[in-house]
Amino acid sequence: MCHNSLVGDSDAHPNAACCRGLRKRYGTVVAVDGLDLDVRTGECFGLLGPNGAGKTTTIEILEGLLKPDAGEVEILGLRWGVDDQALRQRLGIQLQDTQFSDKLSVEEVVRLFRSFYHRGPSVSAVLAMVGLEPKRGSWVSKLSGGQKQRLAVACALVNEPDLLFLDEPTTGLDPQSRRQLWSLLDGFRQRGGTIVLTTHYLDEAETLCDRVGIVDHGRLIALGTPRDLIATLGAEHVIEFELDGGAPLATEMLKQLPGVQDVRRLDGATSLQVSELHTAVPALLAELERDHRNLSRFATHHATLEDVFVAHTGRHLRDE
Amino acid sequence: MSLSLTPDGTCAMNSRRPTRHPLVELILARLREFVREPEAVFWVLIFPIVLAFALGVAFRTKSDEPVYAGVLAGQGSAEMLAALGTSRGIHARTVQPEQADRALRDGEVQVVILPGTPPTYRFDPTRPESRLARLAVDGALQRLAGRTDRFTAAEQPLQVVGARYIDWLIPGLLGMNIMGTGLWGIGFAIVWARTKNLLKRFAATPMSRSHYLLAHILARMVFLGVEVGALLIFSWLVFSVSSRGSLLLLAAVAVLGALAFGGIGLLVASRARTVEAVSGWMNAVMLPMWVLSGVFFSSANFPAVTQPLIHALPLTALNDAFRAVMLDGASVPAIAGELLTLSAWTVLSFSIALRVFRWK
Repeated sequence: MCHNSLVGDSDAHPNAACCRGLRKRYGTVVAVDGLDLDVRTGECFGLLGPNGAGKTTTIEILEGLLKPDAGEVEILGLRWGVDDQALRQRLGIQLQDTQFSDKLSVEEVVRLFRSFYHRGPSVSAVLAMVGLEPKRGSWVSKLSGGQKQRLAVACALVNEPDLLFLDEPTTGLDPQSRRQLWSLLDGFRQRGGTIVLTTHYLDEAETLCDRVGIVDHGRLIALGTPRDLIATLGAEHVIEFELDGGAPLATEMLKQLPGVQDVRRLDGATSLQVSELHTAVPALLAELERDHRNLSRFATHHATLEDVFVAHTGRHLRDE
Repeated sequence: MSLSLTPDGTCAMNSRRPTRHPLVELILARLREFVREPEAVFWVLIFPIVLAFALGVAFRTKSDEPVYAGVLAGQGSAEMLAALGTSRGIHARTVQPEQADRALRDGEVQVVILPGTPPTYRFDPTRPESRLARLAVDGALQRLAGRTDRFTAAEQPLQVVGARYIDWLIPGLLGMNIMGTGLWGIGFAIVWARTKNLLKRFAATPMSRSHYLLAHILARMVFLGVEVGALLIFSWLVFSVSSRGSLLLLAAVAVLGALAFGGIGLLVASRARTVEAVSGWMNAVMLPMWVLSGVFFSSANFPAVTQPLIHALPLTALNDAFRAVMLDGASVPAIAGELLTLSAWTVLSFSIALRVFRWK
């Protein structure tokens, strides 16, 4: 099943994980609605989507912790329900919000998890990987949020897994802790590991992931490298502006401006996807001047995955 | 750190020190969590001793404890009080009419005498000490009125160690304590781990699930020696309570009891999602046994039809086995039934818990 999508070089890039037609519902809520995914060996694959999009349900099905209502899953060429022990030996898993015993030390927790696996690095080596060596004797209760998260990753790395699952690994962390975790995951990649992670942070997906699947309402709505996904917008830049009262500018007129590829309206703001800022901005400003209109807000940014999400759903990723 | 480069240039990070067996690591983790929790240590070790001391003092054998009689104030009460004052073993005092019933209820007096010819005794026939006081007062008043004893019996006061209430109580406290620590100690730890997603995290590893459950029970065994030993040494030092039977057999009974209640603790915690829910279940399991299984008073007081049920309860089996060993010096064949009951509870509860356990 996992090799279908890859023609020719399936030996060089067999899939580390894949699923077909995944469905899962809780009562009347459909969490996952017919999801197909292929995760290639050695890549970092990100499931990006808003809270409640079905990311956690999907990753927990892949991890063998949840049974799907329908669909097939293959992990490292093996199947849940048949090869569970072999799979568990080769997977690294970090769950959202696992709390280790407060009164155990960092080293004791890692040593406990290490004992469950046949193979893996020493406890000291794992602590060094995640940068928790100075904290090895500290109780879990004394760790910061970032240190606790690195401990969770440490427990997922004790068997030097082939495939690492991370569910919202940096949610709630300060920027410095996030960067520390990113660089530690980068190290895992360089040792040849495959990562599947969920996130609702754009920058995380763009920084870490080779490929991103954007999920909304349990469906995959876009798939590709961050660069390709942004390129599908056909425009590298986004101009956002709001007017100081009065009727919005006509969409037709805006589309006529040089370099403008698309026009969207969100919550009273207008956003233009443009290929070249240096022609579009003067033209827009000249148009406003002619109409005697004043701006209350004006901003430009490089197109991001957020814009891809907006383009597909008409909503912001983080409407909280 | 044991990072080193092997001759072929690959990074060898496998530990030189072999890792311990997961069951050992799980047990160590449980032990560490326990000893680092001061409250848990208090409830397991200190509380039973405090309880034994309090009960031992309250129920200490009082060899010449007098009976307390109240004389209702009114006509003839002064004469009655004076007359009773000459009798050995009776403490009499005047009670006002409006206080009489309350004094009886609260045990300040055990019988109230209404002076008259003949006098009236007001007492509570459901309380042994009240019936006793009535007999003592009646005897004294009859003698004062001229009745003579036909004979004076010789007395052999029983004061031997092993026949007192405290001797009977300590085995019951041991059993109750093993039940409590087994249920609370295991139940809370498991439900805590479940609410914190830790059980789910363990389920995501190749860890053997029965190892995890077994570790909870086996970790209890380490403290069992301490908690049983502390109570036994305390009651030996303070009340001279000792065991007539072998200490080895006593230890074996304790281990079997702890296994049974460990399994029951696992079973009670196997599905509960919140600490509140598991507390309710544990109380529901323990309360009937506190009452029925003969901790503070003999379970023989309950109707005969209920006896088979009462004897099937694990705490009854444990208490009976403890008492048989400590008080009667029983050997294995004499307590085979109890040992069998405890073994059955252990096997059943553990295997059902493993089957129905909720990991996520």
